[in-house]
Amino acid sequence: MDLFTVGFLTSLLLGAVIAGVPLLLAGLGEQLSEKAGVLNIGLEGMMLCGGYLGFYVAWQSQSMGFGLLAGALGGGLTGALMALLCVWWRLNQIVVGIAITLGAEGATALLHYFQFSRTYPRLGNVDSWAIPGLHQIPLVGQVLFNQPLVVYLAVLTVPLFAWIYRSTLAGLYLQAAGDKPAALDAAGINVLRTRTIAVVITGMFAGLGGAFMSQIGAGIFVPFMTQGNGFIGIVLAMLARGKPLWVLAGALLFGCCLSMTTALQVLGIDVPTDVIQMLPFIAVMLVLLLFGRRASLPAALGAPYVRGAR
Amino acid sequence: MNSQSEQTGLSSPAVVLPSWTKVWLMRLAYSVLPLLIALAITGSLLLMMGVNPLKYYAYIVRKGLFTPSGLAATLTRMGPLLLIAASLIVAFRAGLWNLGGDGQFLLGAVTSSALAPALIGWGVPVWLTLLLAMLAAVVVGAIWALLPGLLKAWQNINEIITTMMMSFLGISLANVLVKLVFCDPNTTVPQTRTLPWEDRLPALFGSNISSGLLIGLVAILAVHWMMTRSAFGLQLRVVGANPQAAIHAGIPVFALSAALAGLGGAVEIMGVQGNVRADWNPAYGLVVVPLVFLARFNGFGTIAFVFLFSMLSIGSESAARRMDIPNHFTLVTVAVLMLVLGLTECVEQRQRQKKG
Amino acid sequence: MSDIAPVLSVKQITKRFPGIVANDQVDFALWPGEVHVLLGENGAGKSTLVSMLAGLLQPDEGSITLAGEQQSIHSPQRALDLGIGTVFQHSMMVPSLSVVDNFVLGERWWKRPPRARFAQEIARVSKEIGVQVNPYATAGSLSLGEQQQAEIVRTLLRGSRVLILDEATAMLTPQNASELGQLMRRLVAQGLAVVFITHKLNEALDWGDRISVLRLGRKVGEITPDSLRALSREEATRRVVQLMFNLDAAQSREAEHRERSSSCQHDASPVLEIHALEVNDALMPVSRIELRIRPGEIIGVAGIDGNGQKQLAEAIAGQRPLSSGRIWLDGTSIESDSIGERRRRGLRYVTDNRLGEGTVGTFPVATNLLLKQIGDPPFWRNGIEQTAAIAEWSRVRIREYDIRVPQTDTPIGKLSGGNIQKAVLARELGGTPRAVIFSKPTYGLDLQNIRSTRRRIRETAESGSAVMLISTDLEEILELADRIAVMSQGQIVGVVENDPRARSRVGELMSGVH
Repeated sequence: MDLFTVGFLTSLLLGAVIAGVPLLLAGLGEQLSEKAGVLNIGLEGMMLCGGYLGFYVAWQSQSMGFGLLAGALGGGLTGALMALLCVWWRLNQIVVGIAITLGAEGATALLHYFQFSRTYPRLGNVDSWAIPGLHQIPLVGQVLFNQPLVVYLAVLTVPLFAWIYRSTLAGLYLQAAGDKPAALDAAGINVLRTRTIAVVITGMFAGLGGAFMSQIGAGIFVPFMTQGNGFIGIVLAMLARGKPLWVLAGALLFGCCLSMTTALQVLGIDVPTDVIQMLPFIAVMLVLLLFGRRASLPAALGAPYVRGAR
Repeated sequence: MNSQSEQTGLSSPAVVLPSWTKVWLMRLAYSVLPLLIALAITGSLLLMMGVNPLKYYAYIVRKGLFTPSGLAATLTRMGPLLLIAASLIVAFRAGLWNLGGDGQFLLGAVTSSALAPALIGWGVPVWLTLLLAMLAAVVVGAIWALLPGLLKAWQNINEIITTMMMSFLGISLANVLVKLVFCDPNTTVPQTRTLPWEDRLPALFGSNISSGLLIGLVAILAVHWMMTRSAFGLQLRVVGANPQAAIHAGIPVFALSAALAGLGGAVEIMGVQGNVRADWNPAYGLVVVPLVFLARFNGFGTIAFVFLFSMLSIGSESAARRMDIPNHFTLVTVAVLMLVLGLTECVEQRQRQKKG
Repeated sequence: MSDIAPVLSVKQITKRFPGIVANDQVDFALWPGEVHVLLGENGAGKSTLVSMLAGLLQPDEGSITLAGEQQSIHSPQRALDLGIGTVFQHSMMVPSLSVVDNFVLGERWWKRPPRARFAQEIARVSKEIGVQVNPYATAGSLSLGEQQQAEIVRTLLRGSRVLILDEATAMLTPQNASELGQLMRRLVAQGLAVVFITHKLNEALDWGDRISVLRLGRKVGEITPDSLRALSREEATRRVVQLMFNLDAAQSREAEHRERSSSCQHDASPVLEIHALEVNDALMPVSRIELRIRPGEIIGVAGIDGNGQKQLAEAIAGQRPLSSGRIWLDGTSIESDSIGERRRRGLRYVTDNRLGEGTVGTFPVATNLLLKQIGDPPFWRNGIEQTAAIAEWSRVRIREYDIRVPQTDTPIGKLSGGNIQKAVLARELGGTPRAVIFSKPTYGLDLQNIRSTRRRIRETAESGSAVMLISTDLEEILELADRIAVMSQGQIVGVVENDPRARSRVGELMSGVH
């Protein structure tokens, strides 16, 4: 049985991209938050907000672009809410995150019901941007280089973030805010503002990921459609040790697993989705068990910052 | 030791007892006020959607509480919810985040739904079947928490990730078991073999309320009692108050917490569902977290909030059919409640700090 | 006489916290080219004063004048802008960033981090002041001494004219501390003004030009550079010790103090015996401890904070392992016993860390009173709490110790410091203790509670227990102790009887004059 048939690989890669992009966006966003010292458990909720808002705007305006922007906005607003509650009012980050997730699940499901449950509109096909030349590479060309613009942008964010973290002052601020906020404060930079910006941007990324899922991935918004992608994003971020590239790798891994079932069906092999879905989690647990990493999390993660607190 | 007051010339008594009712009122205010504020906020959301909030809530309360079938359904649903609440209280009090409740719940459900019909088929009496199935669910749940517990104890690996991942793993595993291993060959839809009505958890006193409620109540009260009255519970709380020490609490606490969640799954199956359908996941694990926080981990408060939530759920499911408002609204209510509670706690603390 | 204007002057500065006046109308001036030492015991107010200069706290009264202009230092950034740089005893650098990355943290965020330029500057300044700072080393990999050097370079790069070293030598090895001292001298030679806060007398005399002594929030004396140069080392030591420990005023009270009654049973065999005790510790290893405490005797352990007292107490209590030595309680050796076993045998430890280690803030007083006896009868039978027994017990103890609680189940963290201390005492002094270690028992308490706590300590001794009283308050030790052991650098440098000469002898021992 030849695993490397065109049909199988194409299907696998395509599925991996579709499934992986939201994970990548969510994971990058969460990594940003965590670097700055905020544990964002509300990621799933932010994805749903973005998913719904993006779908709604795309449907109203018939423009994918506006939809995606709206999705980012929706996620960003939710992020702003989280920033207000956790960074400024210093409520427990985990409790607020769970509340935001539950609230967003309920709210988006409700909104969807009131707006679309009778009509269930579907969005049209998405325009792809074929990269000249590259998209003609056999096998991978069509999959990797003939995708909507947002896919390229998402992947390009990886080196962008890596560069920001390593080579810009903003990146240094973030790291200080998460590692030793008192030092950042002593240097005269507003710690709370830094963390707020990080959380809002996280929300925007998560919202964009959700919008991708509803507009491009499925073409339709279904309540609870994120199916734990937000939580997977949290896991990816925690394991990626501060390096965006590893978030990409993790997102690809999970994306492949999530699309494996459909791909295998091309070969006529029928392995239940659930079995395949277990694989990445088993892999992660094994890694944790064998290498016992303390996922190198910033020292001040989860703790609100108060000046002068000893 | 001589009496202090004689030596220092102080005449006031050492312990000052204020008005008992004043204290009680304050506590009530701090618990009920968030509820009222949350209802006000969600009420205005309803208004924005063109629904009369008073009518909605009245309908829910009527359906969830004031009809015999509704009340029975509310009380029955409480059973598994209380077990999950007990599971969370045990973990949170000891300072550990067990966010893997869904996986533990489902695995417990699948285990019991696989075992019970088999045992019945072999002629085991009903009461023993139920007992053994519950026991199996408890053990399976506990096993599922071993890995996160070990990783936390050995390497201090954040249990938020590990329990969440074990949960995903557990949900998938449960589905695999339902679809492939324990599948009922006689049905078209993939599900486990259905436990016949007469072999399920008995109803209470000829009503429609499952005795799962009793199990849940016993669990919550037992956990509450253990936490507040036993030496072991006190030691757990000491550990919970000191995050550094929580590393050592680890494994027994995780096991107990997960065992309770697994039992919740068993009670749900053997009391209500009768079988496990493929891809079934009521996802109680996450939604009970706010309730437990609202009750400040107190057993009686938890029962009250779980009852409230149960009633809202049942009522809103009915409202979904009749009034065209999906039951997702309960989620929003719970979320708003949780946020408002967090804020009130914050305000409380700031006030206390000012008094110094 | 210097006619140069001071670069910084502080007038009538007052800072209050609930229940305590941390700084009481302090006047203080800083001249360029001088190392101005702020000496004083814990609680004297040094750190508070300096926090106000560094922009972390605001004074309640008084003024701060810089280069002739009155200034309000409302934030750390403002302090930096005004040219005041501070180095603390704990590093303020982000451990995961490199040194140069730490330095660029103050720049505007849209700029590229000017690493190369900063690295050059770091190299230049380092050379000027004679230290070696590797700009690209990760801050977390440097030793504390190196991190402090880097922080000093940073303040210089920012153009600081005033450098504050707040207990900077507290965590350093003697060699590193000496390097820091020499660096200070080089810095003032280049015109900087340095405020050096320490409680170590020898450092003050080694590196200081001018010495101001703070005591209980007030400035009690200043030794000008001319005076300091004129005095011999011994004379200077004696002057400073006099100021720090209030010897002058106290001379006249010597006569009254002879009234102290002792409950020491001189002929009985010792209750607590410590022989050749050694404790390994990264900061302050303890060695060669020999002590014998008889029933009814109070041994005061005096010494400047941080000289091994805490390590000694924890080792005796069982919270820290010994590296060698023996401990006997009533003739039985206990050095291999667990904390619980030592407790059961009658050894008690009243820790100075009341809210952290001593109690659980969210639990009520009753629970805290039994914190070390969870599960023991009669309060627990078969693991089940006996509410009535516990309530009765706590009622009795609360009454006996006059613990003020608004309600019986108020979390103990909400009580005042004095009441928390009373609860800790109530717990540790219950059940006929044989030997009790008190660690800074009256620290942070108001006058009334101080008096009642001291009475408790006396009563404990009167009931036949052996008492070890560790305290940085010399008055307290002189009031209560039969004998006084002085700890310095992890060893007992002398034991004196509490007679009229004790005060000066202890002062000498503490300041290193043997």
